[in-house]
Amino acid sequence: MSNLFRAADATSGISGPPSMAEYAADRIFRSIAIASAFIIILLVAYILWEIGQKAMPAVAEYGLGFITGTTWNVSKGEFSVLPEIWGTLYSSLLALLLGGVFGISIAIFLTQDFIHHRMATIFRTVVEMLAAIPSVVYGLWGIYVLIPLLKPLAGWLHDTLGWFPLFGTDLAGPGMAPAALVLAIMILPTVAAISVDAFRRIPYKVKEAAYGMGTTRWEAILKVMLPTASSGILAALVLGFGRALGETMALAMLIGNSNQISMSLFSPANTLASLLASNFPEAGQVEVQALMYAALVLLAITFLVNVAGLAIQQYTVRKFEGKK
Amino acid sequence: MSEIDLTAHPKDSFLQPQLDYQALEPRALKSGFLTGLTWIAAVLAAIPLFSVIYMLLAQGGTRLFGADVVEVLTGLPPAGFEVGGGIGPAIVGTLVMVGIASAISVPLGILAAIYLGVLDATSKLATTARFLAKVLTGFPSILAGVFVYAVIVIHWGYSALAGGIALAVLMLPTVVLAAEEAMAQVPQKMKDAAYGMGCTQTEVIWKVVLPTGLPGILTGVMLAVAGAAGESAPLLFTALFSNYFISELAEPTASLSILIYNFSGMPFENQIELAWTASLVLVLIVLTFNILARLVGRPKV
Repeated sequence: MSNLFRAADATSGISGPPSMAEYAADRIFRSIAIASAFIIILLVAYILWEIGQKAMPAVAEYGLGFITGTTWNVSKGEFSVLPEIWGTLYSSLLALLLGGVFGISIAIFLTQDFIHHRMATIFRTVVEMLAAIPSVVYGLWGIYVLIPLLKPLAGWLHDTLGWFPLFGTDLAGPGMAPAALVLAIMILPTVAAISVDAFRRIPYKVKEAAYGMGTTRWEAILKVMLPTASSGILAALVLGFGRALGETMALAMLIGNSNQISMSLFSPANTLASLLASNFPEAGQVEVQALMYAALVLLAITFLVNVAGLAIQQYTVRKFEGKK
Repeated sequence: MSEIDLTAHPKDSFLQPQLDYQALEPRALKSGFLTGLTWIAAVLAAIPLFSVIYMLLAQGGTRLFGADVVEVLTGLPPAGFEVGGGIGPAIVGTLVMVGIASAISVPLGILAAIYLGVLDATSKLATTARFLAKVLTGFPSILAGVFVYAVIVIHWGYSALAGGIALAVLMLPTVVLAAEEAMAQVPQKMKDAAYGMGCTQTEVIWKVVLPTGLPGILTGVMLAVAGAAGESAPLLFTALFSNYFISELAEPTASLSILIYNFSGMPFENQIELAWTASLVLVLIVLTFNILARLVGRPKV
């Protein structure tokens, strides 16, 4: 017995106080790690400062009229982005409506024992793959599959229900409807994943208690599970909305880049992000300043939406897991 | 003792749950109806994915799996009415720029995650950095392009380096958050054992935390790489495009995603076919990294 203890004696083991070199290495490495964490903060600050500073000349020149005006005319030097703001919000709201309904349905489908959990894993992989497909590929798909598919339907809707503002124009090619549909597909995985997370946080006891009272599956879902998960689902919707606002390439390819404000689902429109994408590469110095201002507007909108979404999400985590 | 009459007043005792229902009762019908709707929603949501995959294979597969596969993968993009051609420069360009982005964001991200996850998880600096990293994940990718344009392109022109840096801005938060999560899951006992033997914090990190958290960190890195490879908006006016193979980092560079964007609107059959081929190649690259992420991240027990 005593031999066993002697074997682990400090002189023959690997334990021991750190040497001076180890202390020094520790100091240096830790400083590097702290500096790296600082870089994240500096990066965000630098992004805000740089875009803000480059936009300043345009902010000074166009002021608030930039946000309320409706023309973008390079040769006349008139720049304003109300149609783009409208297009950004309208397309994102439409996408949120569709992607939200489907995303939450899928979250319920995956978490409320509709299918065997192995099947649920496979299905979750399918949804995650939707998120993995690049934006440009969706754009290409939209141009060659979705728009030809929507055209007859849009034509029919316009002919029969043309008096209704949503169907006020015909779909000539790119337009709001295909853009919003593709956007909905793109935010669906975000909404579904965060909602699944919200449902998972509900203790199993809660569901058992509901079933124990004799509820049907949907009574349990609608009256117990959904209200309990509501804040998490709200976070999912807000973060999905944030993603939709900033999405660029698919929209630049599908929305038609037309500077107009229309309620119609089938008329071409424009968004802030696709304005940047399509005008930036060939812009002159004055237009670049105006585009920087547009970028600043987009930055402000998405920043607010994302911070709101994250705050709601953190509130949800705290509600179920106590203070963190 | 009092006798409980179970048949007398079921309605009086509101505490008694109603445990039986028939299949044709309204609420059972409602439940069945909603279940049906959910199934339909789930199937509908899967349709776009299968449609995209079908189109990729049908339109892009003919070239990629055909006889002239070498020309497609190594050739230069065709001009106007030219026949044939390939997407070689774009493949190389995408790989080079993703490589640059990884070289910047992976070490930086892991170091920051070490601070956030191990050194001082609850400090002001850590909570602020974590929150900003989360805000950055929801940052529109085109703004990364605008930022790099303002900082680099205005002074030094379009280049592969600028494109890589724009992608690095987008990869950084993903790497940081995933690596932090992975390192936070290393059991405290293991760290305590190392500290008990006289290790410094640095030694604990290098010998215990990093090796143990490696699968999770790699998963995050792979997912970030997959995301960056598919990005196009930040490359649009940082790397621009080029019809030739990249020869130095300081010149405009082609990428698969911009090639798809440029070719998608062209009125030529050949270019559109190549856009589909490039899409298939891009999706294959992205999926490869996604699958790798799953494989390395799988628990080993």
